[in-house]
Amino acid sequence: MEGPPQMPNPVLSIRSLNVTFVGSGADIPAVRGIDLDVHENEVLGIVGESGSGKSVTALAAAGLLPRTARITGSVLLGGRQVVGATADDLRRMRGQDVGVVFQDPSTTLNPLMPVGDQVTEGEVAHGRLARADAGVRAVDLLREVDIADPDNRARQYPHEFSGGMRQRAVIAMAMAGRPRLIVADEPTTALDVTVQAQVLALLARRQAETGAAVVLITHDLGVVAEVAHRVAVMYGGRIVETGSVRDIFARPRHPYTAALLRSAPRIDVTAGRLDPIPGQPPTPTDLPAGCTFHPRCPLHAGRTRCTTEDPALRPMGPGQAAACHFAEEMGARDPLSPGPSPRGEGRPVAAASLPPPGGRDSERGSPPPLLVVDDLKVHFPIRAGLLRRVVRTVRAVDGVSLSLAPGETLGLVGESGCGKTTTGRAIMGLIRSTGGRILFDGKPVHGLSRKGLRPVRRAMQYVFQDPFSSLNPMLSVGDAIAEPLRIHGLYDAAGGATWIATLLDMVGLSPSVAHRMPREFSGGQKQRIGIARALALKPRLLILDEPVSALDVSIQAQIVNLLQDLQKDLGLAYLFIAHDLSVVKHISDRVAVMYLGRIVEEGPKADLYGRPVHPYTQALLSAVPAVDVDPAAKRRRIVLEGEIPNPSAPPPGCHFHPRCFRADGRCGVEVPAFRPYGDGATRTACHHAGPLTVPLTPAPETLGASP
Amino acid sequence: MTPVLPSAALASAARVVRRVLAQPAAAVSVAFLLAITVLAFTAGLLGLDPLEQDMLAMLEGPSAAYPFGTDELGRDILARVIFGARTSLTTAAGAVLLAAAIGVPMGLVAGFFGGWRDVALMRVVDLMLALPGIMLALALIAVLGRSQSAALVAVGLTGVPTFARVARAQVLSLRKRDFVTAVEAFGATSSYSMFRTILPNSWSPILTQMVVLSSVAILLEAALAFLGVGIPPPTPSWGEMLRTGKEYLYDAPTYAVLPGVALTLTILSFDTIGRALSSVLEGRDTAVPQPRAERA
Repeated sequence: MEGPPQMPNPVLSIRSLNVTFVGSGADIPAVRGIDLDVHENEVLGIVGESGSGKSVTALAAAGLLPRTARITGSVLLGGRQVVGATADDLRRMRGQDVGVVFQDPSTTLNPLMPVGDQVTEGEVAHGRLARADAGVRAVDLLREVDIADPDNRARQYPHEFSGGMRQRAVIAMAMAGRPRLIVADEPTTALDVTVQAQVLALLARRQAETGAAVVLITHDLGVVAEVAHRVAVMYGGRIVETGSVRDIFARPRHPYTAALLRSAPRIDVTAGRLDPIPGQPPTPTDLPAGCTFHPRCPLHAGRTRCTTEDPALRPMGPGQAAACHFAEEMGARDPLSPGPSPRGEGRPVAAASLPPPGGRDSERGSPPPLLVVDDLKVHFPIRAGLLRRVVRTVRAVDGVSLSLAPGETLGLVGESGCGKTTTGRAIMGLIRSTGGRILFDGKPVHGLSRKGLRPVRRAMQYVFQDPFSSLNPMLSVGDAIAEPLRIHGLYDAAGGATWIATLLDMVGLSPSVAHRMPREFSGGQKQRIGIARALALKPRLLILDEPVSALDVSIQAQIVNLLQDLQKDLGLAYLFIAHDLSVVKHISDRVAVMYLGRIVEEGPKADLYGRPVHPYTQALLSAVPAVDVDPAAKRRRIVLEGEIPNPSAPPPGCHFHPRCFRADGRCGVEVPAFRPYGDGATRTACHHAGPLTVPLTPAPETLGASP
Repeated sequence: MTPVLPSAALASAARVVRRVLAQPAAAVSVAFLLAITVLAFTAGLLGLDPLEQDMLAMLEGPSAAYPFGTDELGRDILARVIFGARTSLTTAAGAVLLAAAIGVPMGLVAGFFGGWRDVALMRVVDLMLALPGIMLALALIAVLGRSQSAALVAVGLTGVPTFARVARAQVLSLRKRDFVTAVEAFGATSSYSMFRTILPNSWSPILTQMVVLSSVAILLEAALAFLGVGIPPPTPSWGEMLRTGKEYLYDAPTYAVLPGVALTLTILSFDTIGRALSSVLEGRDTAVPQPRAERA
């Protein structure tokens, strides 16, 4: 791949890079021959699913691969060879030529060292900064990344910083030596969406100020669309497509890129059904022959060339290249309209109609609600001292009211720590509620003992976020699915092995897998097993706690579609708990937004996403990076100040008022009541509720706004 | 109903055994213990008799008839050592099983329910730990009288705290795992959660403790016998032989040597196997081969 001619000297130039991990067992080819260039003032986004080799590529660029990696090819950083460089040379390059921002800021920082010392540690160690000047320099660096009160913050330890502040400190550290290249590996994945917006804006600003080249690794297409100039899409250890952000998103030439764009739920589109990529991403130890994408590819269509010959990356237009034998066939199609429909992994799917749109008005003679939650409170006492006295109370859930009709989906969204998972677990009776009422099918279920809950639990089931830890590693798949039946003594009554086979079939797995162990399955398959298990007792309500957030984008779509089919066939009601507003929008009839233990806004999907009235909902929606590269359509963004306060010491009055752009004196004193807004079906808790007219803060400069 | 230990557990157990045997020291130890066990339970068939007294050959040195000599009553020391293994191994096995049978449920209940049950059970454990094991055993035997079952109970009770603590630690770490919460969400009873979900997932540290405690039990049983409160004569026991043998160290130096060697090797074997087992279960046995620095 050639860089644009007007930019002669790339900061980073990778040629035929191969990385193989050797060790116990078979060699693992993680990166298989990639070429790329990154120039000054340029942001290259590397996108891919797990196992695609994107992180390994980034680590290779920074010379950070472990010694178990066998590296061939060339990585030129500022004209100097990284591959084969001595440890001393690499050390000199780091900090000066390359700075790295890792995914999880809570493990990147040394917990025993003040943040200020860590930010300047590199420069002092390289001898570029006198120890005596380090203190002043640290304060300057922290100020540059917008950390409030940098003089005092520099002396604090990482545990005194919030997640977003830690990532700012890591960015300050990475940029301290003004490196020519910044490698950012999923820099915002561990952060909440409103904090992600802040950190992306900061990264963009610092990049523009220093003119550094940036390699941004991410799985989030929205983040790429938002901040990158060019994109490299990786699959199975190779770059399958590269080009400018606009070209890639508007005219993808590789079927994988197109499929990836189609499979991601979008916040800005109220589309019907998601179009998942069938099958699983390949594992590096077991790559398909020929083109690694051919088993999942709609263009393959049985042609032998795809199964025998690994296609080379070839130019498809100015600055765009794709590795597909039949890339020309992609040209005519609009990537965002369903293309040649790849068949679903599981059973054939019925007509792609959505459940009836939301906005079911509870006052107009609709069926009695299946679940009613009224003023639910869950408080956790924090005990300390010798006598274990209660010193503080964490109000994880502080007055939540919900209702859910049979067959309906209610999305419960919020950022981490808002209490959405606690709400779900309290409804399920897994956490004891402190106050309020929970009625299931008209009968109170709050405060019941484990025995008293037994009959309720036949009708109400839970699907966990992490499919890896929610299956008992000692039970085979069939036994795991049968376990709820056996606990209730209903295994034979339900039909025994026949019913297990039916359940496996319902979730798109072959009944023959029943005797296999959970560890033999991928994340998406395990989540299917988890769903089959939850369905075993034929429940009427499923509480789905972030059921797709641990999965790759292409697999998420498969599970979302599966859930929608099951709902239609079985008439299930879903309480769908998630932080991803796009997924929630896709699956829900109604949506409730939580902030710090309370619901701030609840309404039919179309109203909530179309005309949000609570300032937090408005900010949250505007913070979601959209897969949208048309600058004219770029939405104005509200960047919230600060982060979610500690729920053990919430702000008085409205919990949101310290971050709110509409707050006045009343908000800090008086808790707003949760009541209907206007005459619609929306309810909200805000003294100043109302639709957004003019965003108060202008959109921050983005890297995408290139010359 | 499903078996408590499903086939998956058996398959992984077979894998563990293979990897333990891959360590040479552990393989030798297993072979030694197997040999001594087989010998101890078949020695009667070979014509060895630990009780037959040869009044013409008392405290004799090694000879063709008695390769390790005879004791003060003219009994074959080799036969007595081999039969003594039977005493040691059965007492140790019984004691360890008893300790696990009491300690594991204690730890499960304490960790699972927490609160007052945890406080009460763990204080009992602390109390047992505060008393030296041998004191506890001596006191028990004073009450129960000298017999093999008294020795077994005495040794077993000293092992209870270890199992209680191991089981409690397992529960505390497993309780937070989603698959344990999932079982609760299905409507399982507490005992189902404890014994059908948590316990089968805790078998590896418990098994390691059983092997390690076997050596402790053998040593403690020998110590009791050495103090003269173990299994009453004439049943052969290594501790008893050491105790008597020390009286005749000048006349028959080989008397105490053989039981001492047997005791040492047995304890060493259990220890080696225990260490190998824990390294396998914690995944420390497969060292990553040194990477080759092949860089272009």
